[in-house]
Amino acid sequence: MDFWEQTVRFFSLVDANVRYVLAGSVLLGGISGGIGSFTYLQRRSLLSDTVAHSTLPGIGLAFLIIGRKDQLMLLLGAGLTGWLGALCVNYIISRTKIKLDAALGIVLSVFFGLGIVILTAIQKSGSGNQSGLDKFLFGQAALISKSDLYILALLTLLLTVLVVAYYYKLKVFTFDPEFASSLGFSTGWLNLLSSTLLVVTVAIGLQIVGVVLMAAILIIPAAAARQWTQRLSRMIMLAVFFGTISGISGAYISFLAPHLPTGPWMVIVASFILFFSVIAAPGRGALSRLRVHLRNRKKMTREHILKVLFKESMSRNKWDIYYPFDQIMQMWSFTSKELRRGMRGLSKQGLIEVNEAMYKLTRDGIKEGSRIIRLHRLWEVYLTRYLDLPQDHVHRDAEEMEHIITPEVEKELLLLLDKPLFDPHLQEIPYLDYEEANDES
Amino acid sequence: MNEHPPIEVHDLTVAYRKKPVLWDIDFSIPKGKLIGMIGPNGAGKSTLLKAIMGLLPLVSGFVKVYGKPLNKKNNQIAYVPQRESVDWDFPTSALDVVTMGRYNNLSLFGRLKKEDIEIARQSLDRLGMSDYAERQISQLSGGQQQRVFLARALTQNSEIYLMDEPLAGVDASTELAIIELLKELKEQNKTVIVVHHDLHTVADYFDWVMMLNLRMVKFGPVDEVFNNENLKITYGGKLNLLSEMAEKVAQ
Repeated sequence: MDFWEQTVRFFSLVDANVRYVLAGSVLLGGISGGIGSFTYLQRRSLLSDTVAHSTLPGIGLAFLIIGRKDQLMLLLGAGLTGWLGALCVNYIISRTKIKLDAALGIVLSVFFGLGIVILTAIQKSGSGNQSGLDKFLFGQAALISKSDLYILALLTLLLTVLVVAYYYKLKVFTFDPEFASSLGFSTGWLNLLSSTLLVVTVAIGLQIVGVVLMAAILIIPAAAARQWTQRLSRMIMLAVFFGTISGISGAYISFLAPHLPTGPWMVIVASFILFFSVIAAPGRGALSRLRVHLRNRKKMTREHILKVLFKESMSRNKWDIYYPFDQIMQMWSFTSKELRRGMRGLSKQGLIEVNEAMYKLTRDGIKEGSRIIRLHRLWEVYLTRYLDLPQDHVHRDAEEMEHIITPEVEKELLLLLDKPLFDPHLQEIPYLDYEEANDES
Repeated sequence: MNEHPPIEVHDLTVAYRKKPVLWDIDFSIPKGKLIGMIGPNGAGKSTLLKAIMGLLPLVSGFVKVYGKPLNKKNNQIAYVPQRESVDWDFPTSALDVVTMGRYNNLSLFGRLKKEDIEIARQSLDRLGMSDYAERQISQLSGGQQQRVFLARALTQNSEIYLMDEPLAGVDASTELAIIELLKELKEQNKTVIVVHHDLHTVADYFDWVMMLNLRMVKFGPVDEVFNNENLKITYGGKLNLLSEMAEKVAQ
């Protein structure tokens, strides 16, 4: 069958098995995103990994005790030892001098090792029914049955109800546990609730993603969602969405190529979403930071051009001269590309007049240049007067501040310094634009 | 006596990991006073606030609020933790943090009402923060973050306020706003305890002072107890024996 035929078959949901796998992955992806948001913000990401690995011995023990593969019992066993793992971490850090990271590492490997030993023992013992337990390592979504799905749906529903019921308490507990406690919310109970949500989510994911990768499906959609928003409720919804997308994609890819497992593909798709988010998200993303950086650089170049032209004209006391490109370049070691771009921008802003590759400050340009020089020199005065810095220490600092000082800060400086006329190097501080603006007002 | 004091602490001892950090504290706070709490680093100032607030287990002693054990559910005391105690990169806005002071009134599955938001906005306004209501909290300055915490406490409309170093590391205009707020609270006959670090301003800002160093050195009206002699005892090195014993107890 070709690709499109397969795709249609997948999304038409005619195969019962496709329905089960898809429903399972979507439930898991969605609930992991939601619960994982709290886990991520509570800085329990590594704890979730430890809990996930700690479920393995529970699966083995549950099988040994009841002697067959009963999904509910296996999940119960998994949940119990997962819980025990979390308790051990707590116990170790509160009763010994071992630090959290070490405690997490120790519990994770000890429980996981124990789990492997038990699972191997079961497989070697030859009791016919044991096959499939090792599937809990990386998950095997294809083996999901209708009754498994009911259990998953029930647990997901339970978790959703808990989060909705305790949303505000969980929120204040996650942000500021001491304040939550001062409101009379039991932090012990909220701690227990948070851990329970985590353990149950891990249990839901065991069959599909497995113990090794479970933490990824909890944390990655939440981390990706965090990049896009500044509100908890939106972060949770986005994380649910990302988790769901990962679930659908994982199921779809493993349907197209049946040898590729669902769980690991879910993780890979989620990672792609995270990667994209870290780069492209507005505000926090790398691209948007780069854009701000470039914008600032452009602004600084323009301000430098105005500054050097203003200084030159001021020293000659002639404001009507056109300067050639090369001469301006040497005033401030501009690169020619930089200067050309800067000039283009400045003439668009009406601050520079161009005449056959010669450049002159316009009236507005003179004012703007005056403002920048003033800010520079005011800052120098401030540093020498109030920080007692020697004159030769203040220039480099002012070089940066001249681009940053806001009109409000300038007003404060002028008030504080009583509108000085000269900078520490005895150069005149220009007030050209300032006086004009104040006359008007 | 027919009226109980806002806070009464008797024979209070608190330990961290079995190491005592506060010894045998006794005091009773008069109503409607601004009380500054001073003492060197590690004197147990924050610990005392937390102990009053019931955030720490007590080794011995009791805390009574208006003659009864503290009932946290009805907002008797509003607690303002240290600004550094939380991660300000949490995905939330200033207004959203302030509404947390109203969570106490929520039932299971309950949602915030318009009234809660309105109260939160008014509290922000009282601290001159209306313009920053929708701002993500990590984009606020330190002083603005502190004001958000204070606004959150105001929404609880409590009779008693415990503030942990609200004036530490804030800008001048925030300090002014906070002092203004303290005066307002006093006018409303509220009782306020403020952990404070700047000895120069104690006499200006507070009516009473609590001088703490592992034990209560002195507690009383500023003009009676805030003197060099008591400061020397509070900040002096005479406590080596006490801290030494604390280490021994811990072992």
